[in-house]
Amino acid sequence: MNRRDILRRTAAAGVLATPAAGLLAGCATAGDDKGDSGTYKGTKTEQNPLGVKEDAPLEVVIFNGGFGEEYAKAHEAMYTEKYPKASIKHSATQEINKTLQPRFVDGTPPDVVNNSGAGQIDPNGLVSQNAIADLGELLAAPSLDQPGRSVKDTLLPGAVEVGSYDGKFLVMNYTYTVYGIWHSTKLFADRKWEYAKTWDEHIALCKQIKAAGIAPWTYAGVHPRYMSWPLISTAIKFGGTSVATAIDNLEPNAWKSDAMKAAADAWHQIVKDKYILEGSPGLDHKQSQTAWCQGKAAFISCGSWLESEQKDVTPAGFNMTVAPTPSLGSGDKLPFEAVRGTAGEPFIVPAKAKNVAGGLEYFRVMLSKKGAQDFTKKVASLTVVAGATEGVELPYGLNTVVKALEASGDNGFNWVYNNYYRKLERNLVDAACGEFFSGRIGPAEFLDQCQKGADSIAQDSSIKKYKRAA
Amino acid sequence: MRHGKYPLIISFLVPPLVLYGVFVLSPYLQAFQISTTDWLGYSAQADPVGLANFRTLLHDGYVWNALTNNAVLLALVPVITIALGLFFATMLTMGGRKGSAGVSGVRGTAVYRLVYFFPQVLSVVIIALLWKEIYHPNSGLLNGALRAIGLPAPTWLGDPRTAFWCVLAVMVWSNVGFYVVLFGAAMQAIPRDIYEAVMLDGASRAVMLRRITIPLLWDTVQVAWIYLAIAALDGFILVQLMTTGGPNFSSDVIGLRMYDTAFGSETKFGYASAIGVVMFFLTLSVAVLALRAARRDRIEYS
Repeated sequence: MNRRDILRRTAAAGVLATPAAGLLAGCATAGDDKGDSGTYKGTKTEQNPLGVKEDAPLEVVIFNGGFGEEYAKAHEAMYTEKYPKASIKHSATQEINKTLQPRFVDGTPPDVVNNSGAGQIDPNGLVSQNAIADLGELLAAPSLDQPGRSVKDTLLPGAVEVGSYDGKFLVMNYTYTVYGIWHSTKLFADRKWEYAKTWDEHIALCKQIKAAGIAPWTYAGVHPRYMSWPLISTAIKFGGTSVATAIDNLEPNAWKSDAMKAAADAWHQIVKDKYILEGSPGLDHKQSQTAWCQGKAAFISCGSWLESEQKDVTPAGFNMTVAPTPSLGSGDKLPFEAVRGTAGEPFIVPAKAKNVAGGLEYFRVMLSKKGAQDFTKKVASLTVVAGATEGVELPYGLNTVVKALEASGDNGFNWVYNNYYRKLERNLVDAACGEFFSGRIGPAEFLDQCQKGADSIAQDSSIKKYKRAA
Repeated sequence: MRHGKYPLIISFLVPPLVLYGVFVLSPYLQAFQISTTDWLGYSAQADPVGLANFRTLLHDGYVWNALTNNAVLLALVPVITIALGLFFATMLTMGGRKGSAGVSGVRGTAVYRLVYFFPQVLSVVIIALLWKEIYHPNSGLLNGALRAIGLPAPTWLGDPRTAFWCVLAVMVWSNVGFYVVLFGAAMQAIPRDIYEAVMLDGASRAVMLRRITIPLLWDTVQVAWIYLAIAALDGFILVQLMTTGGPNFSSDVIGLRMYDTAFGSETKFGYASAIGVVMFFLTLSVAVLALRAARRDRIEYS
């Protein structure tokens, strides 16, 4: 193959990418719904509340990312232990969307899909096309190994809300993630620094850190939305959870609320005073996190997956610790300890799966105490199952996550606009954060740009809208 | 023998034609059909919406922004690549000063030719990742060199003023080597006595290049132009891997917009198909225009 061919093919590939989708659509428009024929259903009993057909095969597709696929094989083994006649087809991929799109269109999707990673299928797209089975029955079913409690009773607060669209529980988010500001306990102990609880103290600390020759902050410049998390958290702690509800519900000028203005003004300080590691706007998440692990910067914003993501490059004794965002002042509606905790790592059962009952049962296995403990042991991440960390030895960072969650208690908060409208966070707020944290625009323009993004989603009639209660 | 001609021809032609029809033509045609629907990609439901997708497209600032970037690529990548390719090829084939009437390249021609061709051996993905590290603001080769000589070190891919130009430079870099070889081969085919004749007439090198080499290479340059123009309308792989269109959409291209609309932040396959259809016509018209504009009389050596 010579260069001409390569060029020609590159060019053709560009034009072909869409027609390739077109080919699939051809099947789509040609094929028709086969109805309920050929789905597996068993009789519901006390032992089998979801009506699983014992010998029905189950197909599970796992996102092969930071958590790998070994944990899923363990869950599958637990499933076959209960249903020895069932055969499980397991596969793992990094490209969930491209691998499964034709099968969704064709009406032959797998029974369990771990819809995660960069190749995640836009959840709004799936929900608005009624492609996901309702998991309500799962919530009501009794827990597998916690007698007397329903599955719903065993979950951490907020686990159900995150996966619910217009009141229907559609997406089972398996892990529990805490978002906060991370620092190295060792670095801070060596230098006798102490994590600041208020914003003014935080700025004073940044000044001290900079004077010591270390950059106070770094961030993922290529994915600057990481910095929107502490900023919005600051606003919610200042103005209360209604700040988040307004943003999620696309209320007019939700991004320009007083709380958001106060938070953006505060965060602008670290940009203005050059408290950010030089070159950060050109780093991706791995590069910035590695710079942070190397001690080139003191703070970084991330979720609780950070510890396992950085496992290979974290020096021994680094002792990473998560902390809540500093309070703006004494007028804050939520205490300093309040953190953003939310369920993540989405799993779905496609509505057209052959073995929907089996898929739900598989979730019940995952959400059993045994299944959750095994997951936490294998991948060092929390699950949405309450108390599943009992008796499991946790790595240093994850331990601080558990403590932060306990301290936060009922004051924990969350937002879901990123689930409702993937484009708003991934594209629009992301771009605005990039401009803001590299210092090219000020706080007012930043909020303007975010608001414009939110308005463009609100005005787009082709995007289905969701509302959530406060 | 004549008797069995048609069965033979047909049996050879049918398989490739069927494959072409199924895997190339039918997807093209279906893309046109999908572009007139609101298909969201994960169900069989696709309602016809007429030309609504194209109307949305007309007012979509992000699409226009991407198209503008493609236009800049279209204007600059072919010109720079061909100019550099011609310059290097000339140096390699007739840059030397060996003998009075001899036409030969600079010393070490064989080595240069090999080195220029290196990027062709690498896949585009490798090139993108390689350059991403070279542009690394703190530990990259480029900023390391700049710091060593005391110059300021920009953030390159992290700055909307430079990100797009960084990608453009990589595009030129990765293409130039092939055209050096292509033009070089074409120059070898030009009879030496023509050069010897004009050299006797006292023509300078610049005149030789402008009056002799380029006119005689015109066919090759034209082909290069079309390929590069098509490549400039794409640019998807480099942009997706190096900047994902950022910062703030400053390095976005139309191919990435299409991908993002279908597989990235949304699942609007109908709208993405409309972008694809627009891309198809743009590529087609650019190719036709390039052919037309470059049309000249063919010169044949006797």
